[in-house]
Amino acid sequence: MTSKSTSPRRRQQPPIALVILAVAGIAVFIVPLIGLLARTPWRDLPALLTSDVVVDALRISFIASIGATAISAVLGVPLAWLLARVEFPGRSIVRGLVVLPLVLPPVVGGAALLFALGRRGIIGGPLHQMTGLVLPFSIWGVVIAATFVAMPFLVITVEGALRNLDPRFEGAAATLGAGRWTVLRRVTLPMIGPSLAAGLALAWARALGEFGATITFAGNLQGRTQTLPLAVFVALETDRGAAVALSLIMVVISLTVLIVLRERWWRPL
Amino acid sequence: MNPLAGLDAHLVVSRGDEFTLDIRLRVPRGKTVALLGPNGAGKSTVVAALAGLLPLEQGHIALDGRTLDDPDDGVLVPAEERGVGVVFQDYVLFPHLTVVDNVAFGLRSRNVKRGPSTAEAKRWLERFGIADLAGRKPGDLSGGQAQRVALARALITDPDLLLLDEPLAALDATTRVDLRRTLTDHLAQFSGPRMVITHDPTEAFLLADEIHVIENGAITQVGTPDDIRLRPRTPYIADLAGSNLFIGTAHEGTVTVGDHQISVADRHIDGPVLAAVNPRAIVISLAEPGGSSRNSWNTRVERIEHYGDRVRLQTGAPLPLTAEITPAALDDLRIAEGSPVWVSIKATEISVERD
Repeated sequence: MTSKSTSPRRRQQPPIALVILAVAGIAVFIVPLIGLLARTPWRDLPALLTSDVVVDALRISFIASIGATAISAVLGVPLAWLLARVEFPGRSIVRGLVVLPLVLPPVVGGAALLFALGRRGIIGGPLHQMTGLVLPFSIWGVVIAATFVAMPFLVITVEGALRNLDPRFEGAAATLGAGRWTVLRRVTLPMIGPSLAAGLALAWARALGEFGATITFAGNLQGRTQTLPLAVFVALETDRGAAVALSLIMVVISLTVLIVLRERWWRPL
Repeated sequence: MNPLAGLDAHLVVSRGDEFTLDIRLRVPRGKTVALLGPNGAGKSTVVAALAGLLPLEQGHIALDGRTLDDPDDGVLVPAEERGVGVVFQDYVLFPHLTVVDNVAFGLRSRNVKRGPSTAEAKRWLERFGIADLAGRKPGDLSGGQAQRVALARALITDPDLLLLDEPLAALDATTRVDLRRTLTDHLAQFSGPRMVITHDPTEAFLLADEIHVIENGAITQVGTPDDIRLRPRTPYIADLAGSNLFIGTAHEGTVTVGDHQISVADRHIDGPVLAAVNPRAIVISLAEPGGSSRNSWNTRVERIEHYGDRVRLQTGAPLPLTAEITPAALDDLRIAEGSPVWVSIKATEISVERD
């Protein structure tokens, strides 16, 4: 593509070393996918996809990732608003805490959740005594573990959008008679809509892929806490075909999300 | 008229340690007051305080006798209950809503149903001649169209006070000229007190009945546009009011102002115009000037004012002007108030734009 530049400059050749490294970079993404497709037992695929292990894992993953995304939205949007709009002491510390799960090894997160919410944990103990509810090794544990790792994506995305939103829009809405809720519902949320959607998508994708915190906090019980990634891990030892099928499902889901979101939502990022 | 009608405000707000805004404002119903000042003078703080987006530290705001903000009495009416309509700088239209939904926003926020809100919004769009834009998004509007949408959006809620923050600043020069007139007409549709906040003297002179000049958080002069223009009281006002501005009619290189005629360089412009002359471009002499200057006449010096290293002269009929000369030139001329002088202006020094 030639630019409208008036100077007749020759197109510069990119440095060859850079191109080689970049192609190697592409290979990092492509080679594993090729490997997966090469090993896919296409003929057995329908049977594998409808096997108990796969269906159970799909169900658990679906519930857990949707649940984690919903909780992330309900708690994360107000948190993002607080971080973006209210100056309070320790705000930078809170922001650091929110981002921590992004860099913390998930296994450590799962262990921490266990110490806090386990049956003998500092909150889990009293909770069990009062209500009989046991969070670890239940679907709730899966949801909590996924929320722990997924919510930061939503919070930082939405907070960034709120910071970039000119506060005069909300001011203008207020002068037109809109109360706080109306401003939030009709101005703030629609205006950060693309970023909110991107944050939800990122959080959901992260929740879907969650492994370490889940296996540590919620265990790996088929039909109760075994998600797609956990099922892949187990199947690699027992049934390679099932592992490939499960992996393929996750690749297809991820690609679908990417393609659907690319045009509509990822551009503003 | 009820003495409480209109806006009565005493605004005290500090911004950091350096800056304190402390001004008093009275705007009667049906009048347009311009708050004119340089950037950083506190104009946006005034808008925010009046609109309810920034609480006062001291003072009060009362609108038609109703207190909106009074820190001493603990009264603070939130923005959404104030009834202050604002046309923001750059208009701040909601980019995700269509034009008609932008205009209907105020009614929808007051729980008017969608149908009647939209119908009323369409009536306002028709009134401003932009009914065909109803379905567009603000991003697709020209500056002039956006301004009308913003004005309709502010007026649909029937506010008790209308604030216009730099209403023409976002427009290019030609559009500004076109829109100033329609804006004046549209402002007349609003019977409450109106305030124009601006750094542009032309905007203030042409839209306002009265001008309050704000400098560094304080009002430095209050007067009619003519007061401000002819009798500036601070160097800043002298500068910004500097241009001599006339409304006249152009025809083949001659502009008729009242019954006086001046020659201008532009021979193609025709019809109603605004003519402006910089005070420094006006030549004052004792004898009748010769040479190329076709605009010269004999008059008297009515007033002489010193502003540091320059001197401002007011000259009298037939075309009162403000001229600026150096103190040395004043000494050379040996003139005093009342002295007869010749005034001359080169045609090329007169800028003319269509009104």
